[in-house]
Amino acid sequence: MTAQHDRAHDPLTARIRRTWALVKKETRQIIRDPSSIAVGVGLPVVLILLFGYGLSLDPTNVPIAVVLEDASPDAAELASTFQLSPYFATRLVTSMAQAEELTIARQVDGIVRIRPDFSRQLRSAGAEVQIVVHGGDANRARIVQGYAEAAIGQWTIRRMAQGEDVTNGPVVVRDRLWFNEANESRYFLVPGLIVLVITLNGALLTTLVVAREWERGTIEALFVTPVRAGELLLSKVVPYFILGVFGLVLCMLAARFLFHVPFRGSLSVLGGGSLLYLLVALGLGLLISTTAKAQFVAGQITLTVAFVPTLMLSGFIFDLSNPPWAMRLVSYLFPARYYVALLQTVLLAGDVWAVILPNAAMLAGMAILLFALTRAATRKQLD
Amino acid sequence: MLASFFRIVALVHKDLLAMFKDPRERGVLFVPPLLQCLLFGYVATFDLNRVYYAAFDRDRTAASSQLLAALDGSNVFRRVANPESPDELNTIINNGRALLAVQIDQNFERRLLSGQSADVQVIADGRNSNTAGTALNYVDIIVEAFNIQWRRAHGGASPPVRVTVRSWYNSNLETRWSIVSGLVGTFTLAEILLLTAMSVAREKEQGTFDQLLVTPFRPSEIMAWKALPPLLVGLCQATVVLLVALVWFRIPFAGSFLTLYVGISLFLLAVVGTGLLLSSLIETMQQALLVCFLIALPLILLSGMFTPLSSMPEALRDFSVINPARYMIDIARRVYLEGVGLDRLTADLLPLGVMASLTLSTGAWLLGRRLG
Repeated sequence: MTAQHDRAHDPLTARIRRTWALVKKETRQIIRDPSSIAVGVGLPVVLILLFGYGLSLDPTNVPIAVVLEDASPDAAELASTFQLSPYFATRLVTSMAQAEELTIARQVDGIVRIRPDFSRQLRSAGAEVQIVVHGGDANRARIVQGYAEAAIGQWTIRRMAQGEDVTNGPVVVRDRLWFNEANESRYFLVPGLIVLVITLNGALLTTLVVAREWERGTIEALFVTPVRAGELLLSKVVPYFILGVFGLVLCMLAARFLFHVPFRGSLSVLGGGSLLYLLVALGLGLLISTTAKAQFVAGQITLTVAFVPTLMLSGFIFDLSNPPWAMRLVSYLFPARYYVALLQTVLLAGDVWAVILPNAAMLAGMAILLFALTRAATRKQLD
Repeated sequence: MLASFFRIVALVHKDLLAMFKDPRERGVLFVPPLLQCLLFGYVATFDLNRVYYAAFDRDRTAASSQLLAALDGSNVFRRVANPESPDELNTIINNGRALLAVQIDQNFERRLLSGQSADVQVIADGRNSNTAGTALNYVDIIVEAFNIQWRRAHGGASPPVRVTVRSWYNSNLETRWSIVSGLVGTFTLAEILLLTAMSVAREKEQGTFDQLLVTPFRPSEIMAWKALPPLLVGLCQATVVLLVALVWFRIPFAGSFLTLYVGISLFLLAVVGTGLLLSSLIETMQQALLVCFLIALPLILLSGMFTPLSSMPEALRDFSVINPARYMIDIARRVYLEGVGLDRLTADLLPLGVMASLTLSTGAWLLGRRLG
């Protein structure tokens, strides 16, 4: 009946009408189960607020113990450098044993030891300050080490300026951090977070929608209707795309107005690149859903394919030129790295076409590939 | 009592069969942990071993090339360009071809020889300010070494304060040691939470859960039945990660396996309990997936694994008191790298035990209400 009815009309209008009907059905399903709205809008807001405020690589209040074995004014002055520093929460102790006990109990992350003859040595052969760090968390240990060394270095320079006989290094490094003059880790973490949120948002929204129809048997009911694979696919994308855009806009607003991330590029590049990436994320979820056919498996795969690589292989937190070549090669397979590069550039550096064009091209290619694969997988099942 | 035990064993057996009969489910439970663990081991480090830089040498003297040679010879810095103009240098940084640009001004050597101090300008791409900061630190270290060498060659005093650094438990400060050892256990959080909540949601969606409720099983038995399979899977996953750390990365194990497994079991019980508690509020698998993500993500990212807890705002730091991952990381690292015993771990084990018993008993109570 329906097929005859359709043939009577222009095939294009029939196609649009069928797709529209499916979109309406999908939208009703979304409204009936508020959990997808919660993901589309709630998840981005919660994640961006939580992580925007919570994640920071800038050390503050690092607990350390300063062992003051020397009672001289020089030693006390050096110790007070640590006490006044915003980076450290200093605990003054007088013996190494006390400091070691604090370290083993994990009350402090490191020890700065000023030896009994510090003052005397300072005026003769050169004094030694010992830093002990707890290697249990090596990243943290390095931060403690770096900042402690810097604090001691500053103290040395200050003494020199006061006319004490201390020579400065002949070569002085003057460094400048472009695009992030204030050295705020938030400026690069927030763009990274947006990538994470959109990936999860897009992939989670669609990852179950086809698998669910398979599990419940409703997909077979769809097979006997004149609906084509492409139309089915389109109806699964449109509503979630709109939902995803809401989340995206909320993320961007939070980045700009709550976290004051600079915005140096143009809105059209930002919008275009982000919508492209949202499509990639939705496509990834749909492909997983179509091939897994079971919600349980689809959920676990999404966790593996969407979440972990976005965190680890995108340049969001960890630098990508470091890992062995095999890992670097793998990182090119996941879309997140292209969007991270694009977003960090648009926000912090501006419209640098040499960075934007190749990354946008890769995203577009991936979106096409993902949807083509999903379509192919759907058609095979229809036969 | 014995009958109850056999009933639970039968149910657990049934669940494990259901879980492993599907090769895809078998795959998703064990292959990802293995791959991800390798991934973390290789990628998760803030140390740099490849820094691409551009050198803009406007002095072109023996001294300036000596300094650049020190960078090139460091095995870390790789020169990718020798720009001839400031514009060219800008483009290289803008396009992301190099992370750093080192600019040595004219008169560099002349100033040094006349005993004045000479500047070296280093421009870093701050799009990832953390990486840039680390790279700048490396430059400082190399320049410092250059300074000492120069002074020694041209007659000058050595610096008055020397800093010596010693590191406990991880003498070379290998990030991999900390990350991979911290993963043992912690790593299973998202998967096990999802597994627990989804297995209940699946039974609810297919209607088999209500069938069970009419059988003579007590709520506590049903809880034990739903808790044991994910617990077993979690122990296996943790073992996979432990084996990768021991065999593949060859990180020396300082503690006792028994202590480690006590910690992992308590952690898993807390996670499984949370999963079961969630599943009493959840009706469909979609809800289970979404809620698990919403909970697992903050628990993992704010656990102190990636960014230090002490850099977090106070409110979030207080919140981490109920984060099981935070305790598990501590247990795993301390047992693995420091070799501490159970007596020193009470601060971690106690909260986990409290969480496990609270979530499991509340879950059983909620289930009992559903039955009643």
